[in-house]
Amino acid sequence: MIFADAFGWLFDPVNWSGPKGIPLRVGVHLLYCLGAVLGASAIAVPLGLFVGHTGRGGTFLVGGSNALRALPTLGLVTFLYLIAGGGTGPVLIALIVLAIPPILAGTYAGIQDVDRGVVDAARGMGMTGGQVLWRVELPNALPLLIGGLRNATLQVVATASVAAYVGIETLGRPLLDGLRVLDYGQFVGGAVLIAVLAVALDLLLASGQKAIVPRGLRLAGQPTGPKKGKRSQKLVATAAQPDSGGSTA
Amino acid sequence: MGDLGKYLGDAGTRSAIWTMLLEHVYLSLLPLVISVVLAVVLGWVCHRYGWFRGALLGTANIVYTVPSLALFAIIPAIIGTQVLDINNVVIALTVYTTALLTRPVSDALDAVPAQITAAATAMGFRPLRRFLTVELPLAVPVLFAGLRVGSVSNISLVSVGALIGTGGLGVLFTDGFRSRYLAPIIVGIVLTLLLALVVDGLLVALRQWLTPWNHVRGVKA
Repeated sequence: MIFADAFGWLFDPVNWSGPKGIPLRVGVHLLYCLGAVLGASAIAVPLGLFVGHTGRGGTFLVGGSNALRALPTLGLVTFLYLIAGGGTGPVLIALIVLAIPPILAGTYAGIQDVDRGVVDAARGMGMTGGQVLWRVELPNALPLLIGGLRNATLQVVATASVAAYVGIETLGRPLLDGLRVLDYGQFVGGAVLIAVLAVALDLLLASGQKAIVPRGLRLAGQPTGPKKGKRSQKLVATAAQPDSGGSTA
Repeated sequence: MGDLGKYLGDAGTRSAIWTMLLEHVYLSLLPLVISVVLAVVLGWVCHRYGWFRGALLGTANIVYTVPSLALFAIIPAIIGTQVLDINNVVIALTVYTTALLTRPVSDALDAVPAQITAAATAMGFRPLRRFLTVELPLAVPVLFAGLRVGSVSNISLVSVGALIGTGGLGVLFTDGFRSRYLAPIIVGIVLTLLLALVVDGLLVALRQWLTPWNHVRGVKA
């Protein structure tokens, strides 16, 4: 029953045009997500590379990003919105804050997971620290790093829906509007749109992940050889699994 | 800060917050308990019947991709509950947590050394008893690693439910936002973080208690 109403809403041409149309909201939604993932990457990737490469501050980083995971999305969005007194900035900041932990964990775990034998070999060949990082550690870390980006994207797509609550015209809007006026077609239709968008984005990133990972790594399949300490392995386990760490706010 | 003191100074507010906290605990932990049972069963099915594995874990991945706000809304449409029924949140979070736990449980069961199951069989354990007393306990550390992630994410997700009118600490966020008042929002965030921390600590303690062999003589499994 409700699904029939939802499809009615979804395929009503009226909902596909104008300032409250679906395409525009999808656009706004994606724009926020893009901004948040780029912003978070700009902070988290260098930090993760630094900590992973030097091995300094790892414990602090792991603890800190775990604490961030527990932060309630809706709380953070409303808090920052009220503090800043409105506007789009606070929502973007909230999204960035939520996207940082998965990217940080992915980058750090990726670097930590690089076979120490490979790093030693690179040093033995006379590579400098920078060369080791850029030409050996980073390419080897790419699968986990991109895994982190995927997690972050999912989290941000979910949170951008929640951000409709503070008046941002994202895809969460029809859902909340539908609930307010008890238009369940719109309510469920909006939900279906969000779900489809999230799944489609994840599939897109998954194929991007396959394309970007260096050929040598794909040929090698699972990295072999002795791994480093237990802690890094555990981190790898949580970062590598696409479905860990509350990716759906 | 003064605002915060004034807000918490009121006994009525405190008891309302206490009720929300209990609701939050119920909404986030009940799914955790149900999912453990479901994930053990499904994990066993994946472990036992390989062909089922790909299909089930693929579905689990897709389900986990769906944002919670959307899932909260879609569930009543599928199973016909009322839109504002709090069971929607319980079911949605159960689905997430089960999706999260099934793969590690199945992997952990796959990783039980063959000689251990063979030894149990040789000692006369029937399959069910062998599963419950030998294989499952060996999977406990992995199960708990997943549970810790699940509990943190459930506790943070329940607050989103406030947007569709279920209780829990999320109500503090919507109340605070509507009345442009920061104190309830701060209280909500702090309580959510504390709850996550306490539950995580309890899970660690429970794991220690369930796997005494892991910390005898300082041996780590």
